[in-house]
Amino acid sequence: MTQPVFDRIKTEIAEAPVMLYMKGNAMFPQCGFSARVVQILTHLKVPFKTANVLEDAELREGIKQFSNWPTIPQLYVKGEFVGGCDIVTEMFQSGELETLLTEKDVPRQAAAE
Amino acid sequence: MAMVAGEIEALIRAALPDASVTIEDLAGDGDHYAATVVSEQFRGLSRVRQHQIVYTALRGRMGGELHALALQTSVPE
Repeated sequence: MTQPVFDRIKTEIAEAPVMLYMKGNAMFPQCGFSARVVQILTHLKVPFKTANVLEDAELREGIKQFSNWPTIPQLYVKGEFVGGCDIVTEMFQSGELETLLTEKDVPRQAAAE
Repeated sequence: MAMVAGEIEALIRAALPDASVTIEDLAGDGDHYAATVVSEQFRGLSRVRQHQIVYTALRGRMGGELHALALQTSVPE
């Protein structure tokens, strides 16, 4: 329960400018909290990649340890952990999320893949 | 397994004695809570760090027996 899954996560968050660890996928979120983050990212027209922790028990535990964060979803922007559903929602409402995306030079346009 | 609001509050207060803690039972089912925690100890910390402090205070219950705790943290005005 350490290296292999951590390496996978490191690669994913390095490769995808916006990476969301969630339950289900962008088309079919399987949890209300995951669905809310998908909605926010879609609303902001941010392309993002997702990983479904329900399909991978090792990832589900691994991401919690990696981020030192006990819940799913978890959002990473440019390799940096932004937070879970509460923080993302709060940052969206205050406009901070949009500022962060701009500051980090995250490309915008099309909806989720 | 659900937790009662008082337990959640006690755990948070044990870790952050100065905190003002408000727990709301959202669904009345002892399973979906919203917590607002205001503490001087959060000053200067990112939201992620603030939430991590609260999660640490809950000693592993978050994500387990406590499956839905909406958390809001801030510093005193």
